Amino acid sequence: MKQNIAITVDDLTVAYNYKPVLWDIDLAIPEGVLMAIVGPNGAGKSTLIKSILDIIKPIAGSVKIFDKSYKEQHKLVAYVPQKGSVDWDFPTTALDVVMMGTYGSLGWIKRPGQKQKKEALEALEKVGMLEFKSRQISQLSGGQQQRIFLARALVQKASIYLMDEPFQGVDATTEKAIINILKELRKAGKTVIVVHHDLQTVPEYFDWVTFLNVKKIATGPVKDIFNDDNLTKTYGINYKVSVQQ
Amino acid sequence: MNIQEYFSLVFNDYTLRTITLGTAVLGAICGMLGSFAVLRKQSLLGDAISHAALPGIAIAFLITGAKNSNTLLIGALVSGLIGAYWIRGITKNTHLKSDTALGLILSLFFGFGMLLLTFIQKMPNSNQAGLDKYLFGQAATLIESDVWLMCIVTAISLVVVLLFWKEFKLLLFDADYTKSLGYNTQFLDLLITALIVLAIVIGLQTVGVILMSAMLLAPAAAARQWTNSLGVMIFLAAIFGALSGVLGTAVSASSNNLSTGPVIVLIAAVFVVFSFIFSPGRGLLFKEIRYWKNRNDLQLHKTLAFMHNIAKTHENISHPHSIKILNNFQGYTKKSLKKLEGKMYITVNGSMWAMTQEGYDAAANLYNQHNNND
Ligand SMILES: Nc1ncnc2c1ncn2[C@@H]1O[C@H](COP(=O)(O)OP(=O)(O)O)[C@@H](O)[C@H]1O
Ligand SMILES: [Mg+2]
Repeated sequence: MKQNIAITVDDLTVAYNYKPVLWDIDLAIPEGVLMAIVGPNGAGKSTLIKSILDIIKPIAGSVKIFDKSYKEQHKLVAYVPQKGSVDWDFPTTALDVVMMGTYGSLGWIKRPGQKQKKEALEALEKVGMLEFKSRQISQLSGGQQQRIFLARALVQKASIYLMDEPFQGVDATTEKAIINILKELRKAGKTVIVVHHDLQTVPEYFDWVTFLNVKKIATGPVKDIFNDDNLTKTYGINYKVSVQQ
Repeated sequence: MNIQEYFSLVFNDYTLRTITLGTAVLGAICGMLGSFAVLRKQSLLGDAISHAALPGIAIAFLITGAKNSNTLLIGALVSGLIGAYWIRGITKNTHLKSDTALGLILSLFFGFGMLLLTFIQKMPNSNQAGLDKYLFGQAATLIESDVWLMCIVTAISLVVVLLFWKEFKLLLFDADYTKSLGYNTQFLDLLITALIVLAIVIGLQTVGVILMSAMLLAPAAAARQWTNSLGVMIFLAAIFGALSGVLGTAVSASSNNLSTGPVIVLIAAVFVVFSFIFSPGRGLLFKEIRYWKNRNDLQLHKTLAFMHNIAKTHENISHPHSIKILNNFQGYTKKSLKKLEGKMYITVNGSMWAMTQEGYDAAANLYNQHNNND
């Protein structure tokens, strides 16, 4: 069976102030994979995600979502930003943040109503945060804030999920809860792309992986390419992880 | 005139009423739009834009020779917008950080504006163009048409804010996410900036370029202390701003020599200080009180836990023990014993204490809670 390509990245080069942080990236991410993006700090992982989401304009290259531009397909894509990218002291509640996930399908000016609220509550329930729905977001723990972001993305009911370090600062229970949700998404045929730091858990959590360090080092099925050779190329030191397969 | 006289006059005296209305409306719009600046952490932007407006006023005067405030304000609007545009350009196209760009534009435009003002004052028949009122503001020169202009700008801002409420909230909280949802954030950004520039321009005559940004920031900063809801915050900021305007006008009208602009800003600052100390959730005072209360609670819990440990070893939990046993335990004070007795957790009889069933259960519960939290 020929698999659809969910995301196509072509010759993508991105620079901040003329300093290239992504260099000539080519990627073809098949639909339905649960993919990790790994690489050291500053490798450009967040930048790659933001380029796919059309948040950052590249200096060269293009990104296609199911063969069309992001502009045409934005309703198919959900985003979980890095937790530290927002000010959690913002005056709003957990439910309100999750409701933001419905704003994309609502479009300009239209206000969220009962239907949107119901969807948001369902997503909160799914991530186990229903009892915190009225909580001011600064009063949530790091793991709970991460779950709120995940719920906000779930509300988008997308086909592709891009998540930037969703496991950052969460405890073991939350990590299990989150990975279960991600696996459920894949089972439902969604494409899930996750910036991930814990190399030990890559084989257990993911079926696809991209190694990134300014350039693309490798991309493919975990069972084929998750090896010491690629890890060493990516992290620059002699890497040994016990990969159980 | 004292304050009482002011308040009895304000409803009858035309001039006083005009000025009061003007400063109130100005305070309200500044509070509302200042909330956006505060939440976007763009406090310096207002400062830069207001300073950037000064050369526009001078140039408008040089070109038209008009003293009419509306003509001069159009000049202010144009140069304020140019300043804002350049700030964006600099941050976008160079390595400079945004605060550097803001500082640069602020001093450049303000310096140029001052130069022009000096030049105008030295002109032979400038006959006191009165342009220096735009430095610190002169509310006394407000006339009815100025107040109408303020009302119109406020109404427009209110409509825009209500219309784009959802988009503004989204942008303020998470700009990247807003883009990922397909919204044109550049447009939203421009809209907010344009509204802020408008608010600044209509405030120049009253508060002046130098203190204008305080008028934007102070009510919003004060309002943030009282609420965790964006809507309430903006509403409160508008109220605080309007109150600052009215009270400032009252104070300056009742003491002849105080100019209105600085007094309004001072009153707004009083709101800020008061809010930072006394607001319930976030205020310093309540934080301190909560801290001491927690400490006391902890001490009480420690004592109760210690007693629980002793009582546990006896078949009859209410078996009396000597208070002396508690001596080698630091958390115990006469006060905490009294408190525990008051809560009926223990009974005290002379030099002996005994635990009640209630106290025993409470202590056991305490343990469970602590374990659950770990
Ligand atoms: N807004 C920015 N302006 C300038 N440099 C940036 C910006 N964002 C990221 N960078 C730089 O780009 C590189 C890649 O960043 P990022 O994509 O966040 O890496 P990662 O997510 O892999 O840690 C880093 O060297 C970082 O310092
Ligand atoms: Mg990152």
